[in-house]
This record gives sequence, structure tokens and C-alpha cells, in this order.
Amino acid sequence: MTITESVGGNELTSEAEREQAQLGLTPGQVAIKRARRHPGLLVGFGILLVMALFAVLAPWLAPHDPYLQNLSLRLLPPAWVEGGQWSHLLGTDHLGRDYLSRIIYGARISMMIGIGAATIGAIIGVTLGVIAGYFGGWLDQAVNFLVTCQLAVPSLLLIMALVFVIGQSITVVIFVIGATHWVFYLVVTRSATLRIRELDFVAAASAMGCSRLQIAVKEILPNLLNQILVIFTLEVAVAILNEATLSFLGLGVPSPTPSWGLMIAEGKTAMFFQPWLVILPGIALFVLVIAINLLGDGVRDVTVTNRRS
Amino acid sequence: MINYVLRRALMALLVALTVSFGTFALFYFATDPAQTIAGEDAPQEMVDAIREQYGFDRPVSVQYVDWLGSVLQGDFGQSYFWKQPVVELIQEHAKVTIMLALLALVVTVVIALPLGISAALRPNSWVDRFALTTAVSAQAIPNFWLGLMLIILLAVTFPIFPVSGDSSWRHYVLPAFVLGTSSVPAVMRLTRTGLLDVLGSDYIRTARAKGFTGYRLILRQALRNALLPIVSVLAVQLGHKLGGSIVTESVFSMNGLGRLAVESIFNSDIPTVQSLILLFVLTFVLLTLAADLINAWLDPRIRMG
Amino acid sequence: MSTESLLEIRDLSVAIPTETSTLRAVRGVDLELRRGETLGIVGESGSGKSMTALALMNLLPPAARRSAACVNFAGTDLSTVSEKELAGQVRGRKIGMIFQEPMTSLNPVYSIGRQLTEAMTLHGEVSAAQARRRAIQLLEKVGLPDPASRLKQYPHELSGGQRQRVMIAMALMNEPELLIADEPTTALDVTIQAQILHLLRGLQTELGMSMILITHDLGVVSRAADRIAVMYAGDIVETGTTAQVLNDPRHPYTRGLLECVPGYREASAHRLGSIPGVVPSMTGDIRGCAFAARCPRAAEECFIDSPPTRPLGPARTYVCHDPEETRSRSLLEGHDREQTPVNKPAKESVLKVAGVSRTFSVRRGMFGKRKSLRALDNISLEIRKGEVLALVGESGCGKSTLTRTILGLETPDSGTVTLAGRPVGALPPRQRARMIQPVFQDPYSSLNPRKTIGNIIGRPLQVNQLGAKAEQRTRVRRMMELVGLPARVFNSFPDQLSGGQRQRVAIARALILDPEIVICDEPTSALDVSVQAQILNLLLDLRDELDLTYLFVTHDLSVVAHLADRVAVMYLGEIVECGDRDTVLTHPKHPYTRALLDSALSIAPELDVPEPRLTGDFPNPMNRPAGCPFHPRCPLADAQCRSRAPEVEWAADGTLVKCWRAGDAAGAFSQLSAGQTPENWPDPPKINKEESAP
Repeated sequence: MTITESVGGNELTSEAEREQAQLGLTPGQVAIKRARRHPGLLVGFGILLVMALFAVLAPWLAPHDPYLQNLSLRLLPPAWVEGGQWSHLLGTDHLGRDYLSRIIYGARISMMIGIGAATIGAIIGVTLGVIAGYFGGWLDQAVNFLVTCQLAVPSLLLIMALVFVIGQSITVVIFVIGATHWVFYLVVTRSATLRIRELDFVAAASAMGCSRLQIAVKEILPNLLNQILVIFTLEVAVAILNEATLSFLGLGVPSPTPSWGLMIAEGKTAMFFQPWLVILPGIALFVLVIAINLLGDGVRDVTVTNRRS
Repeated sequence: MINYVLRRALMALLVALTVSFGTFALFYFATDPAQTIAGEDAPQEMVDAIREQYGFDRPVSVQYVDWLGSVLQGDFGQSYFWKQPVVELIQEHAKVTIMLALLALVVTVVIALPLGISAALRPNSWVDRFALTTAVSAQAIPNFWLGLMLIILLAVTFPIFPVSGDSSWRHYVLPAFVLGTSSVPAVMRLTRTGLLDVLGSDYIRTARAKGFTGYRLILRQALRNALLPIVSVLAVQLGHKLGGSIVTESVFSMNGLGRLAVESIFNSDIPTVQSLILLFVLTFVLLTLAADLINAWLDPRIRMG
Repeated sequence: MSTESLLEIRDLSVAIPTETSTLRAVRGVDLELRRGETLGIVGESGSGKSMTALALMNLLPPAARRSAACVNFAGTDLSTVSEKELAGQVRGRKIGMIFQEPMTSLNPVYSIGRQLTEAMTLHGEVSAAQARRRAIQLLEKVGLPDPASRLKQYPHELSGGQRQRVMIAMALMNEPELLIADEPTTALDVTIQAQILHLLRGLQTELGMSMILITHDLGVVSRAADRIAVMYAGDIVETGTTAQVLNDPRHPYTRGLLECVPGYREASAHRLGSIPGVVPSMTGDIRGCAFAARCPRAAEECFIDSPPTRPLGPARTYVCHDPEETRSRSLLEGHDREQTPVNKPAKESVLKVAGVSRTFSVRRGMFGKRKSLRALDNISLEIRKGEVLALVGESGCGKSTLTRTILGLETPDSGTVTLAGRPVGALPPRQRARMIQPVFQDPYSSLNPRKTIGNIIGRPLQVNQLGAKAEQRTRVRRMMELVGLPARVFNSFPDQLSGGQRQRVAIARALILDPEIVICDEPTSALDVSVQAQILNLLLDLRDELDLTYLFVTHDLSVVAHLADRVAVMYLGEIVECGDRDTVLTHPKHPYTRALLDSALSIAPELDVPEPRLTGDFPNPMNRPAGCPFHPRCPLADAQCRSRAPEVEWAADGTLVKCWRAGDAAGAFSQLSAGQTPENWPDPPKINKEESAP
């Protein structure tokens, strides 16, 4: 092409040269750079990594079978307390099952339910949110009405009623928690879609011949991913707490599954004399949830775009 | 303004109807009330007889309209399990829950608002960091576990408060604290970001250019704007507390609506569960309606829009 | 104007710590302001001009650090005064300030009355009743009709122009000695801009205040300021009287900036000047002269030593190493290229808009009332091959709806848009895309932030399945070269590019399908002047090389004069005048076109802000006036205009006009001498349209 010279002229070549040094980092590089200096994110990620390893490698890491009862070794205290045994580091429960093994396996249950439920919620919420935000009109109003209805029902009561009616199992708990936790996704993706829909790159896409589906999937959705990821982490934490609560009330995963909430419920009867039965699974829950929340908050801090600055 | 109120009220009514129909339909398709009333081992003829007698064989919409008609006349039906009118049951249990929810709201407001405001006034200071740490931790503590820990610590090890029950004001201290702290993170964060947004706005800069500074700037220029989202979130939280004291009431063995709800679920007492859900939804809808009206009063854009 | 100094700033600096480094926004500014004088501070975005003003009032963002040798205001050193004293004694009392964004600068939850009166009662020396009286008096002075009832209104009930008037009244409540106006008209339409500037000038003379006018617009500053300070990269590079700086610029940056403005030199005879490169990073220290990297005559010393301040006379300085800077040496020397003369466009039309109307039904909430908004009203227009048709109008006139309709993104209620002989709505989207493409206004929202530049430019090829992957890449690279984008940004993201580069990406994306027509929707109004010049040059060069046809939407008449062949003027959803550029710009027939021309502020230090011809605001499109939609603001309106909408007329010179008084408008305007009010405009001899009516 011969016009380059006439169009660009020397002004552009020099601009190009001079800007070489100034070209900033890609959004991904910026996020990684920020993440390295974000203590909350690093701590959360570290803890989570360790706990995830325990969850995945539970069959190899747990010292005992979590379901194996040994009635001769009932209610052993942790090893460092008087009367404890080093073969049962965290003691045993009322049926003589090794508490450490149950806590390790409990991480599995918690994470499985947390991730499963948050995924189901994400599928429902993001789909509805993008539809409502992008198409607007009566669809938007219908979805909004659905949200108002969902918010108006006390969610725990609804979950309990559903689990009771359908039957207690891990799968049911995952689906029920997921099916009642999509509002946050929806609200955020809907408002983001509403905003993005009006941006000029969407108009440019339809002017170049993109279909509505192409625009929703290829132009709008990629811009929602950061926010969806943040909500996903926070919803995993919420789902884990929900499962624990549900199991504590006796409407979650069925016994003898090693769920932390269930363990607290079982330990409650003996808590005045063997408080560790309640304290230990609670600490495990707290640490897992706080790690996930730190990670979620961190991801949000790291991926915020400060445009035009 | 009248238009606005009517619109919001109509919306609230629509929500209450939709949700109550939804739960009604859920129980209609998923349970067999005739069997429940007759008992597990009852002969089939008896179950059928009950089904016909109570009209459980009619289509769901007919039964719903029937039920709604009685509800509108103040008749919430008869509890299958406790064998007494649901209205009476609710009356017996409501006092505890209302007390608990209001006290919990006070706890939330007293902790969350000052913390959120001071964090927003000094972003990135130690107050701000403390507030954020509190929020992150409070969010991660399982509610029921916090209750148990407080019982172990303040009712057993140091017996300051009673372990369980609802007969004196001392019984309410720990549950209200537990229920109250559960809303602290949400309210605190919202207060902080809301106030930060307002303080960073153009009109606050205008007010500063007029000579406003210090507490006057906050009270006379920023407060009203910052209150708008807080009013909404407090209404939602109070609604959740009235309907969501299930866990707290269970942990502290308090005889409130939440515990009633749990027990009626375990006993398949459908009329009670249905009435409770309707009650919770109505409360929630009315509270958010009230919040909308307060906001309309605070903000001319809503009032006139 | 006295020679007594009101404000003296020495060595003012502002630093804002950021995540990674420190942004040094203002770097040792010296300024002086005399009583009764207007000082214009001019600079492009990021030059530190607003920060200077905010630092003066100590209204900087909380993290910012300020330092100054002295900020002497009427005998007090403001840099040593406590926040409390500053707030109580100075802010809003001795110094008033108005801001750029009238839409967000008033508190939405309080009434106008409260916000006005508290500016006085806050300082505790007047009663509420006194403050109220003063508020009413000032509202009247700033030109708001029915001031007493305004006090009860809330900001959202007023238009942008009205809100800016309220802001002015508020700043004047305590009769300040100094008024700081930070881009007071940038967010407003041209006709409103003229009104507000005229008002500010009038009030300043009447009240004897000093004023600091901060703006990026050289036209505004040339009309409204007595003296000018040009800012670049946080420092002042040149000062002097308005005439001195604009007629005899000494600093290479000032000169470059002026040459970037369309119309500063003879219209469209030359390419616009442009300043190469970009503003240096404002973090950390700048070694030598901040402008050296972009200066065409930078010598070695410019990159090493800070340039000296060279006095040229009283209050006339410039900061440069080169002592011999003279006016004759244009920045464009060497590569000044004659613009291809305006094409004689062939008469063949490539796009026809015939009788297009579009009404939106606006409803708020689920149960809200429906209101109709007529965005386009019976629009007819044709675009001819190879021409640049400029579409001019203020915000809300329906420009965007029209461009969207032409692009086929919006379906008209009635009428047709014909492209290549077929209705645009009936064309398959991909076929349409290959004939007509848009370039949008905001380069920050027109590129998907999640995609790489190569991806963005190549996306149209991908969507339209043109060529294999490797071939697409080659075409993208060739297109990037063509629009002057460095090849290495192929894998970069939009966030990494400057505004001008982003707009080049948008142009490349529009051109890669090789369309015949490009719709440019305000493609330069979000850019700084120097970047605007680069983009305008590029667009014109591409037109010549690729044989393109442009529909160029803009509100800026100097841009129209620079590049358009024909002009269409839009008002409230109608085309009110359309014809050859020279005819329309020199002999406007519609009073609205005339008013637009009057409001456009070219760089002319010898002229004052013109008396605004139009009263009132742009009407709400939801409440369209009956009859001619322009009549409530038209100085020539009579009974007929109020009752019947005018029809399209073709004037002898081929111009289309939609006005009952078109025949008289030109004459009436030219007869009008300065100072005459619209009421005593000469009555036209005859209304010829009535005669021709059956």
C-alpha cells in the first residue's frame, strides 16, 4: 500500500516509536501484578489450596476410615488433652469414629456442595440476567418480578421445606441450595448487561452483521466473567454455610455422612462436657469460608478496571 | 406520589399472591395431606374418606382459591399436628420472634452503622481495615456455631446468661446478638460504599466549594443521600430476621415462629407451614413497601418520578 | 480593570499517590490575577488545569498532597490557612466556583431554594428571609424566568442549562471577589454555551469580580478571557493577553495547538496541524522540557535542562529554550501538504432517506404512563457518492436515531432508507454491513475491552466469513498500517491504547469490510484538539484514497466548515435546512442555522462573546411545540409559525429549508444591528407562503 506514507507521515512513525516504552500491561498482567501485592487474596488462596488438597487427597491423608465405629474408643479427647491418644489426633466422636478423618472428609462434602450449588445458581442467574438485561421489555419485567418473589420468601425455610418434600441426599441439597441462590448473579449480570448493551461496541457488532445471540455470547458475556467469578466464590461460601446450617437442623445431608454441620449437631448433645466436638468442625468451617471470602474479595479488588485514568 | 404508592402496593400484593400460590402448589403436588392426617398406617379407605371430606381431591387452583378465601376471613385453617387453629399457634409464637428480630435489628444498627460511617470517613485507615476485617470474619462464622460458642462461654463456663428459653429479658441477650451480627457485614459494607460514593460525588464538591466542611458537610449534605440505600437494606434485613430466626430459635430453644416452622415441616403440618410462609412473605413485602415510601419521602426524584 | 493584584500563586504543586507511583498533576505553577480581570487557563485533558483550581480552594481529592511557596489571595496566604478558616472565610464567600457537570453538581435531594440560601445562611450573618430575597434576585439575574417558584423545584426538574444557571447564582450568593469556572460550558450544547458565557461575562463586569475560566476550548477562551495561561503537563508554558498569545504565540505547544483547530487557518485549504506523540507520563520527574519529546525543533539541551522562563513584557512570558521563537515558523513546515480540493461530488446518490419517521413510546416502570417521543419526523435526505455530508444538531435532536436507522439498527415507523436500490431493512445484515459501517463518538465504549486489537479489527471479516484465517490476519495488519497503528499493538487490549489510537482502531474496523459509506457519529468530539486534528486528517486522507462517502454527524461547525461538502441541520427530529456547505454557512436561511452559526465560537481574540440570539432551552422532545417546532425560541416567529408546521421549500440556490419566514430570515438577520432585541426586529414585508397556498 502506498498510502501509508501519505496517511501516516512522519508524525505517526514517531508517535509509534515514542509510545513503545509507554504501552501498558494487558488487563491480565495488571490483575496478576496486583494479586501479588494483595495479602488477603494470597492468604485466602493459600489456605484454600491446602484445604482443597486435603479434600481431594482425603482417602490417602485421613488416618482412619471416617465411617469406622469403635465403641470402645468413644468420645476420646484430642491427643494433647489428658486422656487423648496420638493415634486419634483430634479424638473421637460419640460412636468412636476418628474426628480428624471425619473433618478431612468433611472438607470434601463442603466443597462439593459449595461448588455444585454455586454452579447451578450461576447457570440460572446468569442466563436470566443476560436475557433480562439484553432483551429488556416484558421479559425484563417478568424476571424482575421473579426476583422480588424469590427475595420475599425466607430462603432457609424454603430450602428446608423443599429438602423435606423431595428427600434428603447430597444431590438434593446441592440442587435445592443452587436453585434458591441465583438472585445475586442475576441482579449483577442484569445491570451490567443493561449498561454494556448501550455501549457502542455492541452497536458496532450489530452493524457488522452479528446476530443477537452472537452479541450476547461473544460481546457481552466476556465482559461479565470477572464479576461472575467474584460472585461465584462468594456464593460458594454462602452455599457451604447453608449446607452446614441445614445439616445442623437435621435437614441436610443424611447421617452418617461426615458433614461439618451434622458433626456439630451430633456433638451438641455432649458439648458441655466435650466442647471440642462442636468447636473443631466449627473452626474448620470458619477457616474454609473465610479463605473463600478473602479470595473472592481479592479477585474483585484485583480485576476492577479503573477506566480512563 | 399517590400513583407511586398505589403501584408499589399493587406490586406487593401480586408478589404475595404469586408466592403463596407457588408454595400451595408445591405442597399439593409433593405431599399427601390425607395420609398425614390419617397417620402412616391408616387403611386406604380411611385415607380416601379423609381426602374426600377435606376436599383434597379437587384441582389445585380450586383448593387455593378456597384456602385464600378463608385466609382473607382470618381463618388460616386447622393444624394437622397440634390439632388447633393455626391462628392461635401463630399468636402464641409471634411475640418471641418479633422481640428477637427487633432487638437483633438494634444490634445490627448499633454495630454496623457507626463502623461503616467511620470506615467511609477515613478510607484505608486502621478503622477502615478493622471494619473490613470484622465484616469478613462475621460473614464466615456460621450463625448456629456462634450461638453454641456463646452458650459454652457465657452460659456454661461463665454463667452470666441462661442457656436456653425465652422467659426473661436475659434470655434474649445472646440470641439477639447472634441474629444481629449476621446482618452486620452486609449493612456495614453498604453503609461504607454508599457513603463513600456520596462523599465522592460532584454535589458534595459543590457543597465544599460553598464552605461546608466537617460534621456539617456530613449531616446537612451527605446524610440524606447516603440513607437511601441503608433504609432499603435494613428493611430487607428485618424481613429476613422475622422469617429467618429459625436457626437462632433452634439453638437457644426459643418458642418462636421459626421453631414452629421447623417443627411443622418435620411433622408435615402443611396448613401451618403454608400460613407461616404467607405471613413471612407479607411481612417482607410490607417492610420493603415501607422502605420504598420512606425513600420516596427522602428523595424527590422517586416522589415525583 | 485595575492593576491591583488579587491573586498570586507561586510554585504550586499537586501530587496524588496512586497504587504504584505518584502522579504529579501540577508542577510548580506561577499565576497572577488582577482585580476585575478574566484569566483563561487553557490546556488539554490531563494538563493539570482543573487540579490547579481545586488546589487553590483546597478541594482536591483526599489523597492529594499540595505544596506552594505562596497562594496570596487579597492579602491572605491561603496555603497557610487552616481548613476550617478556609471553609468559613474563603470558600463560597470570597471565592465562588462552578463546575463542568451541571447534571450532577447539585444535590438531588434538596430543593434549589435550600441549596441557594444555605450558601449564605451557612456563614451565619444573614437571616433566611434575606437569603431568600437574594436568591430570587440572583435567579432573575441569571435569566431563570419566574424565580420565586423555582426555589421550590428540585434539580431533576431543570435542564442542564438551567442547572448551570443555578450553579452560577449559587456561586454569586455572597458576592465573591473571584469566580472560578471550571469548563462551565463543556457539557452544554452550543446555543446554551453562548448564553452561559455571555451571562458570565455580563455578571463579571456588573459585579466587578475577577474570574478564572478553565477550558480546553480555544474559541471560548479567545472570546471570554482578558489574559491567557497555557498549561502543558502540569505547568504553565506561556502567558500573556489573549491577543498576544493567540495572535503571536511563542511556545511551540501553543502554536501547535492553534494549528490543530479547524478554521484557525483558511478553511480546508490545508491539512490541519497536529502535535506528534502523546503527553508524557505524569508520574515521577520529567527531565528537561516536558514538551521536548513532541517539539519539532527540540535541541539537545531541551532534553537535559529545564527551560527558562522568558519575559517578553509585562505579564507576558513563555517557557522555552529557544529564544528566537518567531511566529513565521510554522510547525507544519516540511510536511505541509495541500488538501485535495473538495471533490466535485457526482450527483449519483448512494443512499436515500425518504419520509422517515420514528416515534418511541416511553414508559417508566411496570405501571407507568406511556408517553410518546417523536424522534424523527418525516426526514428526507440523500447522500451522494464521494461526498461528505455533515449532519448538524444539538443533543436530543434525533441525530443518533437517524444514524441508527440509516445503519439498519432501528426500524422506522414509516418511510424508507434505500441503500443500493433496496430498502436497508430488507437487506441481509451481512450484505448491509459490507456497504455501510459506523465510527462512533466515544473510543472508550466503542471497543470491547476484553478483546485484542487484532481481534476487534478482524471481527467483521470473521462474522462475514471472508477469507481464511491467515488471509484475515494479513488484511488486518494491512488495515492497521493504513490507519497508522503500530503493528505491535495487534495483541494489545484497548485499555493499553490512547484515545486517538483507539479511534484509529474503530476506523480500521469500519473500513475492513471495504464499505462504500461510513457513518461518522461525532468521531472526534471525545478527543483533545491535537488528537482531533490527527483523526480528521486521517479521515479525509482515507476518503481520497479509498473513494469513501461520509455522513459526518457533528455539533462543531468549524469541523463542518473544514471537511463537509454539504450540510444538513437538524432540529427536534426534522431537517430544517440542507444544502451546499458554503451556501448554508455563509447564507443561512433558517433562523436556527443562523443562531447555530452565531453561537459557534471561532478563535477571535478581538471579538467578544456574541449576544445570544436564541432564548430558552432546547425543548423536551416529549412535549413538542405545536406549529413550527422551533417557534418558541425563534426571534422571527409569528402567528402562522405558532399554528402550522412549515413545509419543505427549495430555495433558488438549491437549498432545502423548512421555515415560514425563510425568505425573510436572511434579510432580517443582516439588517439587525447590535443591541436590538428580537421584539423590535423589522417586520417582513409579506408572507409569501400564504399566497402560494391554494
